[in-house]
Amino acid sequence: MSAETIDAGAPRRTSFEGGFSARYADPAFKWALTALAALVLALIAFFFVFLISKAHVALAHQGLLSFAFSDDWNPPKEAFGAFSLLFGTVVTAIIALVIALPVAVSSAIFINEFATARLKGPLTLLVDLLASVPSVVYAIWGFLVLQPFLKPVQQWLADTLGFLPWVGGEVPGPGYFLSGLVLAIMITPIISAISREVIATVPVEHKEAAKALGATKWEVLRLAVLPYSRAGITGAALLGLGRALGETIAVAYLLGGYHGIGDQIFGLGDSLAGAIANEFGEAASDPIYSGALIGCGLLLFVVTLIVNALARGLVARAESKQFRAAAQSHAAPAMADAVEDAVVA
Amino acid sequence: MSMSAVHEARVGLPVVSARRKATDRVARGLIAAMTLITVVPLVLVVYFLIARGAGAWTAEFFTTDPTGSVLGDPGGMRSAYLGTLVIVALAALISIPVGIGIGVYLVDYGRRSRFAGIVRYFVDVMTGVPSIVFGLFVYIVLVVSHVGGSASAAWKGSIALALLMMPVVARSSEVVLSLVPDSLREAALALGTPRWRVVMRIVLPTALPGLITGSLLAIARGAGETAPLLFTVSITNGTSFDLNNLMDSLPMQVFGNIGSPNPALVERGWGAALLLVTMVLVATAIARLAARRSRL
Repeated sequence: MSAETIDAGAPRRTSFEGGFSARYADPAFKWALTALAALVLALIAFFFVFLISKAHVALAHQGLLSFAFSDDWNPPKEAFGAFSLLFGTVVTAIIALVIALPVAVSSAIFINEFATARLKGPLTLLVDLLASVPSVVYAIWGFLVLQPFLKPVQQWLADTLGFLPWVGGEVPGPGYFLSGLVLAIMITPIISAISREVIATVPVEHKEAAKALGATKWEVLRLAVLPYSRAGITGAALLGLGRALGETIAVAYLLGGYHGIGDQIFGLGDSLAGAIANEFGEAASDPIYSGALIGCGLLLFVVTLIVNALARGLVARAESKQFRAAAQSHAAPAMADAVEDAVVA
Repeated sequence: MSMSAVHEARVGLPVVSARRKATDRVARGLIAAMTLITVVPLVLVVYFLIARGAGAWTAEFFTTDPTGSVLGDPGGMRSAYLGTLVIVALAALISIPVGIGIGVYLVDYGRRSRFAGIVRYFVDVMTGVPSIVFGLFVYIVLVVSHVGGSASAAWKGSIALALLMMPVVARSSEVVLSLVPDSLREAALALGTPRWRVVMRIVLPTALPGLITGSLLAIARGAGETAPLLFTVSITNGTSFDLNNLMDSLPMQVFGNIGSPNPALVERGWGAALLLVTMVLVATAIARLAARRSRL
């Protein structure tokens, strides 16, 4: 089209017949975009290869099994068993999920099923704002405000509930529980936003059917809403778990950096991401030490990859239901909400 | 429960037993309480940021660099917020075109093909990769090898942030672009417009407000990240615009000030955190305003 010149003798060419655009620009544009998309795959592959190649020294030194299952992390003695770090990562993430899930799902239910139209917007906005607070801000607040405030509370809990396993003894302040709590605050808006989407897809007919049978509001939720959205909520929970597993900065301050498996829930520990953040500076000159920390990064990468793959599958299944529902009602989600959800998730 | 409800319904209006009524009331109360709990941390965080950080916002805070003095006058945060702006701007410059390009590929070219499915899946996977892993990756690839002559450098931090922001931009632009009605594309194609011009002249302009929203939200996410900067940009005190050198940033300063024994440093840390949150929230607010202008 653009390369066309007006020539009285020749018949006019349109792009159908292959002007410059159709012959060169179009395929070039297409292949450039395809190459860009392929870049994502190349990057992920590159990640793996590079992380493995750099972690290799340490993994060979320590032995793969010992790296994953020994809890002896003692850099001066060149001992790099990362189990206590993996343990801290998993325990804090599970504490976070246990706290965040009921809160997040309740708020999603409230926004969808109880809130008036006037309340819905502001509540959604608040939850989304919560998601946009940077993790370093949670770190400073958690360490300087929440930690001193909760220390006596945790001590009281440890004393009172001392008969339980894993509870009791002197409470140091930072530790597994505090980290889990702050992580819970960080993942609640994520789980809430996705659950909100999923719960909004429950067909009105299901709810009305339950109501027509005389169900109370709670019974409608229990019998119609929650069963229908269970897969999606599970996916949301797993996405939250993945975020909690990989969170670094807050945990670097709140877990205490103790190398070993803590003997109580309020005790000190360390996590994969926290150890990388706190120790990488001193480790950089030692190839085995830094290799071990890169190995921690690799371990973290693999664990979050598995959790996220599971989560994506579940959310995608729930969302395909949503698209069917949307196609039936001809209702497209508002653009702003759609983008916001894509970003929050 | 449903059976008994039917029996009761036969008599007239469904009679709900006292027990079920009580359960319902407790459940409603719990759900409302939990919703309140969701919002409480935001209120608390904002309250403490203002209560402890607003006092640090003096003229010196904005006009002087950190002194690096551990016990004395800590200085201001000029280099940190300027550095954050520079690092994030470069990251945005890299990640937004690439992210939107991938979005265009997925919606306008790949569609339902197998390859597009794989790309879509791995973009999702990338959004879940912990940010510290991006930092490690850039450290291994760019910092250790002293690419560009220096070890830690601002542009390397920008790349780590761009890796984190790119999948966010790609995902949001895919959502926005798929909202552009196919009838628009078909009308243009029927007039003989080549595909690439349809994308550039019809699809992208139509989706522009949404693309801006997604990009700004990605910028807001990137600006607050600390972990990718730890070993890629490091930290320094002076104001510098040299991309191939160390650069200061707000998250790194906050991270460094949290554990300080000097109350003046801690207060400045709170001030920096307040500034960081303000910047992130401004980006988020503009993003929402842009979204409102959309006609999609």
